Amino acid sequence: MSTPASDNAAPSAWLLSLPALVFFAVIVIVPLIMTVVLSFHDWGEYKGIQPVFILKNWIEIWSDPYFGEMFARTFRIAILVTLITAVFGAPEAYILNRMRAPWRGIFVLVLLGPLLISIVARTLGWALLFGGNSGVVNAALMKLGVISSPIPFMFTETGVIIALAHVLMPFMVLSVWAALQRVDPQIENAAASLGAGHFTTLRRVIFPQIVPGVLSGGIIVFALSASAFATPAIIGGRRLKVAATLAYDEFLNTLNWPLGAAVATLLLVCLVVTIVGANRLIERRYAEVFR
Amino acid sequence: MSFLVLRELKKTYGDFVAVEALSLDVQRGEFISLLGPSGCGKTTTLQMVAGFVEPTGGAILLDGHDLVAMKPSRRGLGVVFQSYALFPHMTAAENVAFGLEMQKVGRAERDERVRNALELVGLGGFAERYPRRMSGGQQQRVALARALVIRPHVLLLDEPLSNLDAKLREEMQIELRQIQRTVGTTTILVTHDQSEAMALSDRIVVMNGGRVEQIAAPQEAYERPATPFVAGFLGKTNELSGTARVEGGETRVVIADGRWASRRPIDGAVIASVRPEKIAFADCAAGRLTGLVKTRIFQGNHWLYRIETLAGQVFVIRQNGGEPMPAENDKVGLTWRPEDMALRAADGRR
Ligand SMILES: Nc1ncnc2c1ncn2[C@@H]1O[C@H](COP(=O)(O)OP(=O)(O)O)[C@@H](O)[C@H]1O
Ligand SMILES: [Mg+2]
Repeated sequence: MSTPASDNAAPSAWLLSLPALVFFAVIVIVPLIMTVVLSFHDWGEYKGIQPVFILKNWIEIWSDPYFGEMFARTFRIAILVTLITAVFGAPEAYILNRMRAPWRGIFVLVLLGPLLISIVARTLGWALLFGGNSGVVNAALMKLGVISSPIPFMFTETGVIIALAHVLMPFMVLSVWAALQRVDPQIENAAASLGAGHFTTLRRVIFPQIVPGVLSGGIIVFALSASAFATPAIIGGRRLKVAATLAYDEFLNTLNWPLGAAVATLLLVCLVVTIVGANRLIERRYAEVFR
Repeated sequence: MSFLVLRELKKTYGDFVAVEALSLDVQRGEFISLLGPSGCGKTTTLQMVAGFVEPTGGAILLDGHDLVAMKPSRRGLGVVFQSYALFPHMTAAENVAFGLEMQKVGRAERDERVRNALELVGLGGFAERYPRRMSGGQQQRVALARALVIRPHVLLLDEPLSNLDAKLREEMQIELRQIQRTVGTTTILVTHDQSEAMALSDRIVVMNGGRVEQIAAPQEAYERPATPFVAGFLGKTNELSGTARVEGGETRVVIADGRWASRRPIDGAVIASVRPEKIAFADCAAGRLTGLVKTRIFQGNHWLYRIETLAGQVFVIRQNGGEPMPAENDKVGLTWRPEDMALRAADGRR
C-alpha cells in the first residue's frame, strides 16, 4: 500500500533493512554472479580453468543430446512429483482441515515427519523398503506371490519420483491448508442449504477456492524437486542423473567447474522462468476473485 | 396447525445445555425474531432448523412433515449467514443462480429469476461483480437474494445486519422488512439487538441461557414483560424498591416519598419496574417521589435525565417538544400512571 505515511517512512525503512540487504548480496548475489561468469570460462584437463570469455560450455550443453536428456528427465520428474503431490495433497489437506482437536495435531506431525528426519536417513529408509531382492516390501510381496520379481525402485525414475513426492508432500498440504483456512467455515452449509450434495459442494464450491493454494504449492514442489540433489543422488545414483547431480559431478568428479557452472546456471534460469511464468498466470487468473 | 412447529427442541453439548426445551409455533408468512444476549442459544436453534446441528431431542415440523430426519440440502430453507458465506469465486449473479442450478431450473427461467432477485434487493447493476469487490451491505443483499431466489419455505437469518455500520443497518432493517412483506416468506431472524427485533418482527422470542423467557408481539413484550430479564433486555427500565399493602380492594404502593394506588393485589416488599419514557416531571407536591436532577443529556429528539431520589437513581426520557425542561440541580417530582408500573414481590415471588 502506498499511503503518504509509508512514503515518508521509506528512507528510514531502507536504512533499517540495509544490513539484511548487504548480507543477502554477499551470500546470494555475489556467488550467483561468480557462477554465471565461471560458466563462460575455459577448462582443459591439463590447463585447468582459464579465465577467458568463450561460449564453449554453452555450445556443448546445447549440442550434446546427453544434456538435453538430463534436463528433460529433471523436468519430467519435477512435473510428475508436482502432479502426485497435488492429487494426494489437496484431499489430505481437506481432511486435515476437518479433523478435530487432538487428531489434527497428531496428523500434522505425521505429515511433517519427513521434513523432521534427515534427508539421508529418510532416503535410506526408502532404499531399505524397496532396494533389490532383500528390500522389505519387495521381499514380502514376493513371499506372498503378488509379484514374481522385485519392483525396480533403486536407480529408477519411479523410485526418485516416489521418494521426492514423499518428502515434498508437506509443502503442498500446508499450502492447500492455508488456502482452506481462508474459506468461510459456513460455506459448505450455505451450499447445502441451496440444495447441493457433498460432491457438488466439493467440486463447485471448495475446489475452486483452493486452486490458488494447489498452484502455489505446485510451484514450491516443482522448484524443490527440479533442484533436488540428495534424493536423486542416493536413489538415482550414478546411473540416473538429473541436472543437480550432473552439475555436482562436473564440479567434484570431472573437476570441469565451468561446465558445471553452465549446467547450474541453466537449471536456475529454467526454474526462474517457469516459476515467474506460473506465478504471473495465477495472479492474472485469480486477481479478480482473490485480492 | 401452524406452518412451522418447534416442539420441545433441545440441544446439549456434553453436560452443557445450549437450548432447553424450546417450543414455538410459527404461522405462514410470519416474521419471528429470536432475541437474546450472546451465547443464549439463538444460532444453535436456527441451525437445528436449517439442519446443520442435530437436535438432542424434540421435533421440528414443517407443514406437518418431520424435518429432523431430512438432510439440510433437502429442506428447502433459505439461510443468510452472519458472515454471508458467499462463494468468492462466483459473481453476484452466479451466486444467486447456484441454488436454481441445484434445482435444475432451465437456463431462461434461471436468468430471469436471478435478475428479478437482484433487482428486488437493489443490486440490478451488480450482477457481474465478485463478492470481494462489494461493500458489506452489498454482500449482505447478495446473500439475501441467493436465499430468496429458491423460493424457500422458510427464510432463516442469523444476525444478518450485525456486520454493517449503524446507519446502513437501519436502512437495511426497513428494506428487509419491506422485502419480506413483498415476498411473504415465513422468516426467522436471530439477533441480539432488541431494537432490530422490535422493528422487524411480528413476534419476538426472548431467550436467555438456552431457555425461552417470553414469546410475544414486540409491543406486548415491551409493555408487559413476563420476567425481569425481559424487562431489562427490551429497552431500559427503572427498578425501584418499595412496599405494598392491600387496603379496601385497592393496593397502596409506597416508594420512598411517593405513593400510588394499584389494582394488583400484592402485599409486602415489592419491586416496581417503570420505563424511563413513562415518567413525567411535576412539582414536588406531597405524596410524590421527589429527586434532584444529576445529569441531563440532550439527544436531539429527546432528553435523557438521571435523577437522584430516595429510592435510588431514576432514568427519565422526555420527548423534546420545545417546552422548557428542568435543568441540572433542579428539584423535581416524578409521576407515572399506576398501570405503567409492573410490580413484583421483592423476594422473587410473582
Ligand atoms: N459445537 C459446540 N460445542 C460446544 N458448545 C457449543 C457449540 N456450539 C455452541 N456451543 C455453546 O452453546 C451456546 C449457545 O451458542 P449459540 O447458539 O451460538 O449462541 P448465540 O445465541 O450467541 O447464537 C454457547 O454458550 C456456545 O458456547
Ligand atoms: Mg449466534
